[in-house]
Amino acid sequence: MDLIRATNEGLYCPVGDFYIDPWRPVANAIITHAHADHAHWGSRQYYSSAKCAPLLQLRLGEDLPLQTYLPSEKFPMGKTWVSFHPAGHILGSSQVRIEYGSHVWVASGDYKRTPDPSCDPFEVVPCDTFISEATFALPVYQWDRGEVTAKKILEWWQQDQERPSLLFCYALGKAQRILAELARLTDRTIYIHGALEAITNIYRHAGVKMLPTASIFDHDKGYSFKGDLILAPPSAHRSPWMKRFKEPQTAFASGWMLVRGTRRRKGYEKGFALSDHADWNELNQTIQETQAQTIFLTHGRTDVLQRYLTEQGKTVRLFQTEYDAHEEAS
Amino acid sequence: MKDFVKLFDEIDSTTSTNEKVEALKDYFKHATPTDSMWTLLLLTGRLSKRTITSRSLSRMFLTQTHYPEWLLEECWDHVGDTAETLSLLAHSLNLCRETSSQTDTSLTAWMEEKIPNLARIKDEEKQSQSLINLWKKLTAQEIFILNKLITGAFRVGVSEKLVIRALSEVYGVPTDQIAHRLSGNLDTGEQAFERVVSQEAVAANFSQPYPFCLAHPWNERSEKNFDPKEWCIEWKYDGIRAQVIRRESHTWIWSRGEEDITETFPELTEIFTHLPEGTVIDGEILVFRNQRISSFQALQKRLGRKKVSEQILKDYPAGFMAYDCLEFNSRDIRQETLKERRKKLEKTVTKIHDSKVLLSPTIDVDTLEELNELRMKARERDAEGLMIKWWAGVYSVGRKTGNWWKYKVDPLTLDAVLLYAQSGTGRRSNLYTDYTFALWNEKKELIPFAKAYSGLDQSEIDELDAWIRRHTKEKFGPVRSVQAEHVFEIGFEGIGSSARHKSGIAVRFPRILRWRKDKKAEDADTLQSAQELLRAVNREE
Ligand SMILES: [Zn+2]
Ligand SMILES: [Zn+2]
Repeated sequence: MDLIRATNEGLYCPVGDFYIDPWRPVANAIITHAHADHAHWGSRQYYSSAKCAPLLQLRLGEDLPLQTYLPSEKFPMGKTWVSFHPAGHILGSSQVRIEYGSHVWVASGDYKRTPDPSCDPFEVVPCDTFISEATFALPVYQWDRGEVTAKKILEWWQQDQERPSLLFCYALGKAQRILAELARLTDRTIYIHGALEAITNIYRHAGVKMLPTASIFDHDKGYSFKGDLILAPPSAHRSPWMKRFKEPQTAFASGWMLVRGTRRRKGYEKGFALSDHADWNELNQTIQETQAQTIFLTHGRTDVLQRYLTEQGKTVRLFQTEYDAHEEAS
Repeated sequence: MKDFVKLFDEIDSTTSTNEKVEALKDYFKHATPTDSMWTLLLLTGRLSKRTITSRSLSRMFLTQTHYPEWLLEECWDHVGDTAETLSLLAHSLNLCRETSSQTDTSLTAWMEEKIPNLARIKDEEKQSQSLINLWKKLTAQEIFILNKLITGAFRVGVSEKLVIRALSEVYGVPTDQIAHRLSGNLDTGEQAFERVVSQEAVAANFSQPYPFCLAHPWNERSEKNFDPKEWCIEWKYDGIRAQVIRRESHTWIWSRGEEDITETFPELTEIFTHLPEGTVIDGEILVFRNQRISSFQALQKRLGRKKVSEQILKDYPAGFMAYDCLEFNSRDIRQETLKERRKKLEKTVTKIHDSKVLLSPTIDVDTLEELNELRMKARERDAEGLMIKWWAGVYSVGRKTGNWWKYKVDPLTLDAVLLYAQSGTGRRSNLYTDYTFALWNEKKELIPFAKAYSGLDQSEIDELDAWIRRHTKEKFGPVRSVQAEHVFEIGFEGIGSSARHKSGIAVRFPRILRWRKDKKAEDADTLQSAQELLRAVNREE
């Protein structure tokens, strides 16, 4: 039987009467993580992992009706038992395990397996049916370890001390990961765009060890930011905000930057392939390790992964969702 | 190859031209000459030869990995480039290193050994195994570059101009000079690179003329061999012998003295820009006025000027009488017969369509008598005699063979080098006006053969006097020996052999006909040519 099915509102569990990451207002919304395409406003009751809570409240409001749970803590929802398990995607991101009788389903939301000092590592949860993303489901996507990419970022930043170095990245998750990865290599203060400040504070409160940060407004107008590293969301690229920096060198950190053509199309000088999603091998490894007989794919290159897994003898089905297949916008 | 990969990466990840030039400079400062040359050829897109096609490279990958072909295609669709797709898949399949290896194989070794060796392997299985083995020693980024080199699809966002700028700044050679040197067929290797960046004006090979083919005086011997059907007859004009070179979008005009006179004749240079690429023609620069050819004196007004005024251009308009073609379609055709070369010359000159550039007419002659009659009419045609050339002859170097003969109306002239000067008497006692001229012997020594006092005008005398004072080698009483530099055409009324003179010849009533500023000392006549003249004259008398 199908514990979960796709509806117009989101992924729905009829026996538990709840939705997972619904994109329209519903009664019970279980949230995997705080990215905008997964955490939508307007539902009556929210459920999330404890570590996800401050980010959800920042996004959806302080007085959000929210119940939080510790990792692996089972709680009843209708006729089911539900628990959160780390997904390794961003701070507080969780897979949702649903148990009904002898059936176990896991909805993983977004996840990755590459070690990330800014969040808890992915936990393999054995299940009958595994619901997976497929954002980077092409074999060309293979991430380096975070410290390898961090070294490249440091090198790029250090080698030009005559200009400000502007590194663009998504405000939630990616920016904090960079701050955490770099903390192993340097102790310099990093300047951050205003859009990153509140989120970064939440990470710091959660105990994530990151480089010290400062606002660009901590300096008066004359300060040149020569030799400084500044993190900013992609929306700031080529915006009036950028005028503050004279002839900066620019780079973008994203999994998509692995491909040269994409790098060039985006108009950044330099690209660092740094992703908070699973790469091709991680997707396949994870699907294997869960021992699931049935796989549902939600977003991304579901066509490629479906064909590949089918050729391996797996049963693969697709869920139509409104999750963003292009990595979270902010 | 690490430095090359780094260079690629640096160029690829900046939009600033300054940063690109800095990266290039840094590379060229440290690279070996052979690596530098390969890099130069690669960056400027001069190597498009592909050793292995993208398709074969993909095939090798599939053979070794047993990867589903559709999956490779999906990847290619997404990435849009075979070399890159395969490098990313090598990464994904762990067929590469995460960080660069300690040992480095030079770009030269890749280009000259490793890649050609890979291409040579016939057995498909072994070849793909070798490819994967090469990959395993490299990072994904290095594999990307290697794949690009293998498939001859190397491109990077840097213009030739920037590469030239970087080389210029590293080696202190002007950019236009490097650009010239880059404009021909470039070789690989250390010497090729040396030629590109050398600070000396090494055979700026594109601008350089071929050695001129010279004529011998017509004589008895040549007359015996005369067969009208085999010989090409043309007028001998009294101008400046010149080669016009059109190569790599540039035009040069060289005098027989191997002097670059491009700037001296701007109106001709302009016309010759319309020559087809890769052309060299040989001919005579003359002054064309009122449908006639002016005397050499008129042409002399055009010589030795740095700036050519509008007035001079108007008063002494230059023209060109073309009579040979040495390079056609960028091919050296000097070993072809005159007949063949003439056809190509006609093709070339008719393309120009300008009354300032004429094709030297060939004249039909049936008998030796007709040849002699024709010679006597040379003055009417503004010529100083005839040129007699063997139709089957190649364009030879110097005076080596008797393919070309000159048959002057007044044959008694020789070009000689000024060797000594002495001050005159009376009104001219304060000026050096008495000159001794010399010819070359077989040992390349100058042997005096005539003294002459007259023939120059006052301004020439003043100019020469000032030069003599500044270029005196030795003084013997009133006589000064001077550096062998200036060539004068000496005319005389008779020539005979003489045991009394070191030169073995004696001339009667020598006079200076003109100062040949278009010739260098090396171009002056030899004692041997004087002997030939002697024989020719005695036959006539
Ligand atoms: Zn997400
Ligand atoms: Zn998502």
